[in-house]
Amino acid sequence: MEPVTAFSGQIVAMPINDIDTDQIIPARFLKTTDSAGLGKNLFADWRYEVDGTPRADFVLNQPRHAHATVLVAGDNFGCGSSREHAPWALRGAGFRAVVSTSFADIFRNNALQNGLLPLQVDEETQQQLISLAQEDAGTTVAVDLETQTLTLPDGRDVGFPIDGFARHCLLNGIDQLGFLQSLEDDIFAWEESHPARVNTLASA
Amino acid sequence: MSENGQRPRTLFDKVWDSHVVRPPANGAPTVLYIDLHLVHEVTSPQAFTTLRERGLKVRRPDRTLATMDHSTPTTPRNELGIILVPDAMAAAQLEVMRRNCEDFDIPLYELGSENQGIVHVIGPEQGLTQPGMTIVCGDSHTSTHGAFGALAFGIGTSEVGHVLATQSLLQERPGSMAVRVDGRLQAGVTAKDIILAVIAEIGIGGGTGHVIEYMGEAIRSLGMEGRMTVCNMSIEGGARAGMVAPDDTTIDYINGRPYAPRGETWDAAVAAWRQLPGDEGATYDREVVLDAADLTPMITYGTNPGMGMRITERVPDPDRLGDLTAKLALDKALNYMGLQPGQSLLGKAVDVVFVGSCTNSRISDLREAARIMRGRKVADSVRMMVVPGSQQVKRQAEAEGLDEVFRAAGAEWREAGCSMCIAMNGDQLQPGQYAVSTSNRNFEGRQGKGGRSFLASPLTAAASAIKGAITDVRSLQGEHA
Ligand code: SF4
Repeated sequence: MEPVTAFSGQIVAMPINDIDTDQIIPARFLKTTDSAGLGKNLFADWRYEVDGTPRADFVLNQPRHAHATVLVAGDNFGCGSSREHAPWALRGAGFRAVVSTSFADIFRNNALQNGLLPLQVDEETQQQLISLAQEDAGTTVAVDLETQTLTLPDGRDVGFPIDGFARHCLLNGIDQLGFLQSLEDDIFAWEESHPARVNTLASA
Repeated sequence: MSENGQRPRTLFDKVWDSHVVRPPANGAPTVLYIDLHLVHEVTSPQAFTTLRERGLKVRRPDRTLATMDHSTPTTPRNELGIILVPDAMAAAQLEVMRRNCEDFDIPLYELGSENQGIVHVIGPEQGLTQPGMTIVCGDSHTSTHGAFGALAFGIGTSEVGHVLATQSLLQERPGSMAVRVDGRLQAGVTAKDIILAVIAEIGIGGGTGHVIEYMGEAIRSLGMEGRMTVCNMSIEGGARAGMVAPDDTTIDYINGRPYAPRGETWDAAVAAWRQLPGDEGATYDREVVLDAADLTPMITYGTNPGMGMRITERVPDPDRLGDLTAKLALDKALNYMGLQPGQSLLGKAVDVVFVGSCTNSRISDLREAARIMRGRKVADSVRMMVVPGSQQVKRQAEAEGLDEVFRAAGAEWREAGCSMCIAMNGDQLQPGQYAVSTSNRNFEGRQGKGGRSFLASPLTAAASAIKGAITDVRSLQGEHA
């Protein structure tokens, strides 16, 4: 995995609470067996008319937001289904971070596995960013995972919490699978001391 | 939390503590062992790709089970008894599942085979889901299995890869939340109404970061299938998992199932399960209390499962909400649903009634729906689909003649699968259509692009199918209790 470095990016606002993963990527696009290529269907049902033409009034279709890489959303972003296709679609569409006051648990995990930063901020910061993005599409923020700071256009630094281990992995480009594999001895020891309860291979 | 029993422990604490491969160390969270990994076709392909790319094996195929459920058709079999898959992408996805299971030696419940069904129906049905286990699946409704006193939660596809390769997961310890439902349910009020009321109370983010333990007399009096309905929708309240402490009901349900322990192993297992309920004096980070006697049939009016109310209530008015974002959210939801503030939903005409999904597709759900349907007809204006949760549920229902009840009423009796719960397989609402659905999500477009869902119990669904409009089952003449 590519290490996540500090970056600056334009923000775009979707001030809607409880954006669920069915909106982020509708289920009919989950028949793929690939994780690439989902970006074009990000928010598909909000973004396109029934005949597939882009809806001019949808914020991500506006040319002025075409280069946004930080999505500022309402509360409780990513609730609902566990589909990792949601962060895949966001990454595929060029997003590197999502700002909200809260994230659904599984979405947060999935985002961190894919280098998409869930930036949890207070409501005031969230509202300020929403106003800024709506006023000026060129509004840029800086994100530094190392120091866990989000720098607003007025120079104010806002901290964001992030699981320390996930942060370590992201900064160093380590993936969690590799780490778990390195614990083979511990896993084996646990198995030795806990006999299996079921055997799915035994014909029932 | 101590592991030496000094401090009283909850059910969750006991299951968590007994699966710690490595406690938090050097900044890394707990490494948790996973007893059972359930796999389906939609959230696994990319995980197997990772394994192939790295030349890894599945560590414990004997703790893994795959089924086909999400993108599978539920249309009747052809003359050869085969369920055809006309959608090329779905067919390709199922083929990938087959190949992955074959290459990695994972047992697979093939489409249409004896034991195939929705992943959260087959685990309990086979006796694989047992108290005290850790169970995961790339599926948020894995919380269902918590009804047995297991710690069961949904994971993403990267984590599916972690479990396939190492049978372990890195996990932050979640908080604990008690939801106690005291008293007794009234006639016509079911497990589904309990959980819809809980979610309306705590909100769809109310359980975030927590594992809920359901307790109290009303939960204890539910059968296992009702408890599964409750735990199933824990995720709709944002919770990581839902659990119910095992008791005689749990043990009776498991006894004799294909993968249940037998003989001496059974006795030892039961003795261990009896130790799982929380210790006297165990505390929770949060507590919510409801009185079952106050509950009535519930229905949702909006576009998330937290937007629910008593079926006799009126749609809330956004202008009466203090919070601006909450007002906007409700405005948006009512606009999508085509509903007016202050409107009663009773008598609201519906186009489709769906009985199915991992929330309400088990035999007791079908029996409840059939009890209402028997000798009655589905309204001409309504399409009703009854989709059993598994092939085994289907056979059982047919043995009891429930299929005949549904068919005689004019409902469609389908093959097993997720079907219109997620609308990936061609079973879907048309834009603008209204449905009463026993499934778990009423998100925009969840049951078909532009479709509008009212979530409710199987009793409410059946009553509404007959009347062609949203109906309080308690208002139907005859037996409903
Ligand atoms: S029935 Fe619905 S909620 Fe349950 S596993 Fe299938 S798609 Fe998911």
